[in-house]
Amino acid sequence: MFEDLRDLYQEVIFDHNRNPRNFHVMENYDRMVEGFNPLCGDRLTLFLKLDGDVITDASFQGSGCAISTASVSLMTEIIKGKTQTEADELFQTFHKITTGKSEDLQLEAVGKLAVLAGVREYPARVKCATLAWHTLDAALKNEQQSISTE
Amino acid sequence: MTYPIEKIRADFPILNEKIRNKPLVYLDNAASCQKPQAVIDSIVKLYSHDYANVHRGVHTLSVRSTDLFEAAREKVKTFINAQSEKEIIFVRGATDAINLVAQTYGKANIHDGDEIIITAMEHHSNIVPWQMLCEEKGAILKIAPMNLQGELLMPEFEALLNSKTKLVSVVHMSNALGTINPVKKIIELAHALNIPVLLDGAQAIPHTTVDVQALDCDFYVFSGHKLYAPTGVGVLYGKQALLEAMPPYQGGGDMIRTVTFEKSTYAGLPHKFEAGTPSIAEVIGLGAAIDYLNSIGMEAIAAHEAELLAYATEQALQIHGLKIIGEAKEKGGILSFTLHKIHPHDIGTMLDSLGIAIRAGHHCAMPVMDFYKVPATARASFAMYNTKAEIDVLISGIKNLIEMFG
Repeated sequence: MFEDLRDLYQEVIFDHNRNPRNFHVMENYDRMVEGFNPLCGDRLTLFLKLDGDVITDASFQGSGCAISTASVSLMTEIIKGKTQTEADELFQTFHKITTGKSEDLQLEAVGKLAVLAGVREYPARVKCATLAWHTLDAALKNEQQSISTE
Repeated sequence: MTYPIEKIRADFPILNEKIRNKPLVYLDNAASCQKPQAVIDSIVKLYSHDYANVHRGVHTLSVRSTDLFEAAREKVKTFINAQSEKEIIFVRGATDAINLVAQTYGKANIHDGDEIIITAMEHHSNIVPWQMLCEEKGAILKIAPMNLQGELLMPEFEALLNSKTKLVSVVHMSNALGTINPVKKIIELAHALNIPVLLDGAQAIPHTTVDVQALDCDFYVFSGHKLYAPTGVGVLYGKQALLEAMPPYQGGGDMIRTVTFEKSTYAGLPHKFEAGTPSIAEVIGLGAAIDYLNSIGMEAIAAHEAELLAYATEQALQIHGLKIIGEAKEKGGILSFTLHKIHPHDIGTMLDSLGIAIRAGHHCAMPVMDFYKVPATARASFAMYNTKAEIDVLISGIKNLIEMFG
């Protein structure tokens, strides 16, 4: 019935939505930032542990749609062990694959995150996928206030 | 007489649209209604044959436009049974109308320590203008609570009324829950203490017959776009004596009698509150929408929608994991719901892929979402052109997406 949606709702997304990874409050975090999408009420709190320039641990709490939950769950997995510069580059590439034109997709550059590329066909849902990354961006820049996608 | 559903559907050209290769099932009527051909034609005819600015020139087109514009005011007056066309103020929408009352009546009559009563189920448009006024004036906003069904708690409401209460502003029908409030009773209770009452009718007006004299409300506001009319037009009804005593809202052309650099004098009602060139085509479109609704009959429309709601509710209750948000006894055609472990935005996207348009979100009623401890709900809302077959499509879509989520 939902054939048209298979690109958007891939099995990996359902999996991360059902069983989000790194879904817990972190003790002794170095950074904590809240992300909020006022349009739909998606809300998450991102925790980071840093060792110098390297993100050694990441976790989150919050509630949101399947796309935003899967996106933040995947993100916390993929950024562990990355330097801040590497994470930022990943954010830039991820932003391109979720908002850009399909011909210049660099899907291989983002690994598992490629499952979220389907949102580019659903402009109303792009913010669901990028909320996690905007929150990460704020955390890495050490911006204390909560950020929103608006 | 049977309800002429086939004719009505044929009158709305957008209902022929295919969305993602499926026939459109439009169930987002509480956000905005679609427009019948008669409304579209009224605008095309105006711009093609009769358009000029209103209340200005002596030339033929200005006279034609003015006549059409003022005829629409007369239609609104009759539609809500106001006493005089002077009581019908054209504004941008219900939000604009509430802000108008807050900034004129409110500023003139509400002072430090005074109280304004609203309810727990208000749309942001009937919360924020009062918060802004309260902040400016040092007044206090009081919230009349509701029960879990989404019904106003009348004893608690009554207990809030006191000599400091300067205004009661209540939604006639809740956009997030569908609740129809006992507005007649609310008005009686408030009037017993000489407190004026504003009714936010944005959601109620397309679904029910509104008689402002029978209700005895002091202000009634609504938007055109939820009444099958264009966007950019709405109505503030106010009792003439109240409107006459109120200071003007915005200054500018059309709302003045004389202007010198020393002092200006203001026009009489209704023009005192209509500064600048109004939404001419939209107002005329609103008149056409009212003609169209009258040709079907508001009672017939209300009966049709009540049938749709009853059917949709019965079907929805059979879906395991579906929770209806808003189960008031008195309820209009709104089915707000959540699904266990499936976010409303996912529901919205999935139903869209089947051609079904619903609203997913907080419905500009965040306090209502907080009350039910949900971030958002999915909302199907029914209009005069919807059918049971469309509800079947919705219900089957919901069942299938639950299966897909697993």
